[in-house]
Amino acid sequence: MASTAEKYKSDGSLAGNALEWVDARFPAMALYKEHLSEYYAPKNFNFWYFFGSLALLVLVNQIVTGIFLVMHYKPDAALNASGVPVAFASVEYIMRDVPLGWIIRYMHSTGASAFFVVVYLHMFRGMLYGSYRKPRELIWLFGIGIFLCLMAEAFFGYLLPWGQMSFWGAQVIVNLFSAIPIVGPDLSVFIRGDFVVSDATLNRFFSFHVIAIPLVLLGLVAAHLIALHEVGSNNPDGVEIKKHKNEKGIPLDGIPFHPYYTVKDMVGVVVFLMVFTVVICFMPEFGGYFLEWNNFIPADPLKTPPHIAPVWYFTPFYSLLRAVTYPFLGIDAKFWGVVAMGGGVVIMAFLPWLDRSAAKSIRYRGKIYKTMLAIWVVGFMLLGFLGTKPPSYAFFGVIPGAPVAQILSVYYFLYFITMPWWSKADKCKPEPERVTG
Amino acid sequence: MSCDEKVDCGRRRLLVATAAAGGVAGVAAAVPFLASMAPSERAKSAGAPVEADISKLAPGQMMTVEWRGKPVWIIHRTKEMLDSLQKTDPLVSDPKSERKQQPEYAQNEYRSIKPEYMVVVGICTHLGCSPSEKFKTGAESGVTPDWAGGFLCPCHGSTFDLAGRVYKSKPAPDNLEVPPHMYLGDAKILIGEDKKGA
Repeated sequence: MASTAEKYKSDGSLAGNALEWVDARFPAMALYKEHLSEYYAPKNFNFWYFFGSLALLVLVNQIVTGIFLVMHYKPDAALNASGVPVAFASVEYIMRDVPLGWIIRYMHSTGASAFFVVVYLHMFRGMLYGSYRKPRELIWLFGIGIFLCLMAEAFFGYLLPWGQMSFWGAQVIVNLFSAIPIVGPDLSVFIRGDFVVSDATLNRFFSFHVIAIPLVLLGLVAAHLIALHEVGSNNPDGVEIKKHKNEKGIPLDGIPFHPYYTVKDMVGVVVFLMVFTVVICFMPEFGGYFLEWNNFIPADPLKTPPHIAPVWYFTPFYSLLRAVTYPFLGIDAKFWGVVAMGGGVVIMAFLPWLDRSAAKSIRYRGKIYKTMLAIWVVGFMLLGFLGTKPPSYAFFGVIPGAPVAQILSVYYFLYFITMPWWSKADKCKPEPERVTG
Repeated sequence: MSCDEKVDCGRRRLLVATAAAGGVAGVAAAVPFLASMAPSERAKSAGAPVEADISKLAPGQMMTVEWRGKPVWIIHRTKEMLDSLQKTDPLVSDPKSERKQQPEYAQNEYRSIKPEYMVVVGICTHLGCSPSEKFKTGAESGVTPDWAGGFLCPCHGSTFDLAGRVYKSKPAPDNLEVPPHMYLGDAKILIGEDKKGA
């Protein structure tokens, strides 16, 4: 631990003296060793292990671009002299008049989608290799907290351009809370700060988006990393490298994070930035998936666009919401739709305790787990696809989408609820003692 | 918590009492922050009634006026449109408007004061989108082949008839809301206020 580590001794150079001075007053070297040069990560990390560091990179991108966007953005729903809402006009001002403002705005809007791409892949990595299992349950829980913060950030941020999708998306999501029996209607008024989505709503969402949620998010990211470095990283074989250590107490299958993985992650960063730059420069709206067409029309409280759908990263959960059309226990279907959507996220938090498989990694799990997970992934993606379509959508014009979404929603939940039984019944291959390859 | 010789129980009790009092103060400190999030006095007073001139509204047409930031539709219903309401009676979930989604004077077959003029808040009772007008009937409407005319919510597919009554087995739980309103003459409607001064 930091307090017991040896303090840095200067070699007599100016930089060395400066470092010695700092290290005597702040555990600089101890932190550096604990988290980088003497953090031993398993040597068999593969492609899937890029996404954690990429998520950190996108987080930095969002914070930096966000700081500069706030210098020009105005959270104001009042109409300006030309009859356009000030907030909407200020985003257009950033796009047209602020020098290179467009690139900063597109870095931020594309960054939002990129964040969900890398986080979904990062979470799927956890599911592939059982990274959420003992002793890493808390890492998983902090991660779910981060995911919830990201969803809140994306939702609050989406209102800010004050376009048609901003307005009606917020209207729908805030109204979800009105479905809660008894307190619901008052709660949704409390969230909006008005009886309709208005200037009061825009200003508080701005506050949440730029201050409140980012602070919580940064705290959770720190907790996620501290917990990870306490127990050590999992790996594609799902075996503990700390079981086999050399005489110095260093895991035999571990390598120092720096320089080995910092260098490896740089390759991931370069590839990621290539793709990211292409999107920003050539397809920032990404065919209406990253920035929806209707959001280029200023908010009109009197007219809902003919087709509204959330941005792609919310659509699997949006499909869960839409799937419930029957009342239950004398409470409206809409309340149960909300429960399904919220439950769809929350149920993931229980994975560490639902999974009773003998092996952690998919490499050593049996056919049942592989089949169940494969169907779940395809189902999740189909739910996401259907969520971008109107409720009347039919595959090839013949297979109606709504019942398909209902079946997939039932499977989504059954996957988790029944996991304790089938994961235990699964015939796993024996796990190796040491990591392979 | 047990007291043994190493613990000064008097001081421990004082500590616990201080912490409890501090905790209460801490919770109380949250009150102004939470209170500040409720609708302001300005937002609460912005509910003035609005007047609508319906003299130019042709039969079969609708107009939208803004009241409390929400769209209010006024639909001039033709004879055929009114007749369609009998056809939809068995298809809607609250045909007799028994749930309180309208003032008493609009709790009738047509959900309106005068049968030909429907006044209704154009906000879906599901999650607050504004449904689109689908007045054409049959397959041409693009809703269902036997569509009787009404409204379709683009968000989650709830359908309403020409009296704003919600169809069965749709996500929206209730009929569209009829706001308090009154006639100020043959061609003027005041929305947001009725004779009882509500």
